[in-house]
Amino acid sequence: MDAKLNYVLRLADTCLIHSQRLSEWAGHAPVLEEDLALSNIALDLLGQARALLTYAGQIEGAGRDEDQLAFLREERDYRNIVLVELPNAAASPSDGSGGRDFALTTVRNAAVALWLELLCGRLQASADIELAGIAAKSLKEVRYHRQHASDWVVRLGDGTAESQARMQAALNVLWPYVNELFAAEGVDGVGPAWSELEAEWRARWATLMQEATLTLPRDSAMQPRGIDGIHSEHMGHLLATMQHLQRAYPGGVW
Amino acid sequence: MSNPKNEWPLWEVFVRSKAGLDHKHCGSLHAADAPMAIQMARDVYTRRQEGTSIWVVRSEQIVASDPTEKGSLFDPADDKVYRHPTFYELPDELNHM
Repeated sequence: MDAKLNYVLRLADTCLIHSQRLSEWAGHAPVLEEDLALSNIALDLLGQARALLTYAGQIEGAGRDEDQLAFLREERDYRNIVLVELPNAAASPSDGSGGRDFALTTVRNAAVALWLELLCGRLQASADIELAGIAAKSLKEVRYHRQHASDWVVRLGDGTAESQARMQAALNVLWPYVNELFAAEGVDGVGPAWSELEAEWRARWATLMQEATLTLPRDSAMQPRGIDGIHSEHMGHLLATMQHLQRAYPGGVW
Repeated sequence: MSNPKNEWPLWEVFVRSKAGLDHKHCGSLHAADAPMAIQMARDVYTRRQEGTSIWVVRSEQIVASDPTEKGSLFDPADDKVYRHPTFYELPDELNHM
């Protein structure tokens, strides 16, 4: 695959799949106000994914638009990081939670938002004008996402014994997947290697964990490769739900 | 029903739609503290470009007039027409006042 297309797809698909998982909270968040906040964030991410996928379609030059890229590719063609495709809860849905763990969603949102903030910050100065424009617009959105999610991380981490235990458990589950945030190589004239974000991300994350009185888990050697199309067992189920309508009614529009 | 004592306090939300206009009351929401109330207000009440500035205040901090005193508070103004500028006749030269 063209290196530039690959670079844009990795970011586009990460926004798309992150949005899809977040949207599963609609109507189920702990309080109405947070329900709207999560939906807003999911829609922001979907907007970013749409712009990026449209651009990816142009780079590809095969006549595919955002919808075809979002809904009609196979699992191996998606380049999102594995972190965002993981279900909203680590425990089985039989625990009465409906398969949604607010702690896990909160930790993931904070981790991804901080990463997107750093990446968009770099990309807005990209020599690629189209990508720079999308990044500049996205930056304002992801800054708010990072603020909102980080506030929750601190509230619940430095909260009750129960909330702290849940946040720590969520962090422990997600931590090995964080490695992939720094795995993609850079492309000249497009964007930096993600590894360039690592030092700042880890420093700011450590500060957040300290504020939230959470303990950083030991680093894992695990190297997820969603960015190469190698996904977890959850990805197929996610795509089945997300693609169902376009597969059942090809070309269907609102 | 959940125990009201376990619920977050209620906040009144005021939004200014653009610079120069007043903050207008637009509703209320529950939030644990002031910073959260601002964020929640942003997400609940300014999703469609309604605002450029938000005020929040704890609902319990608002002191309201007593509805049963409506008569004594407001009715006496009914017959004080001279308090309206339109009561006064102006010379023709001042037509554009």
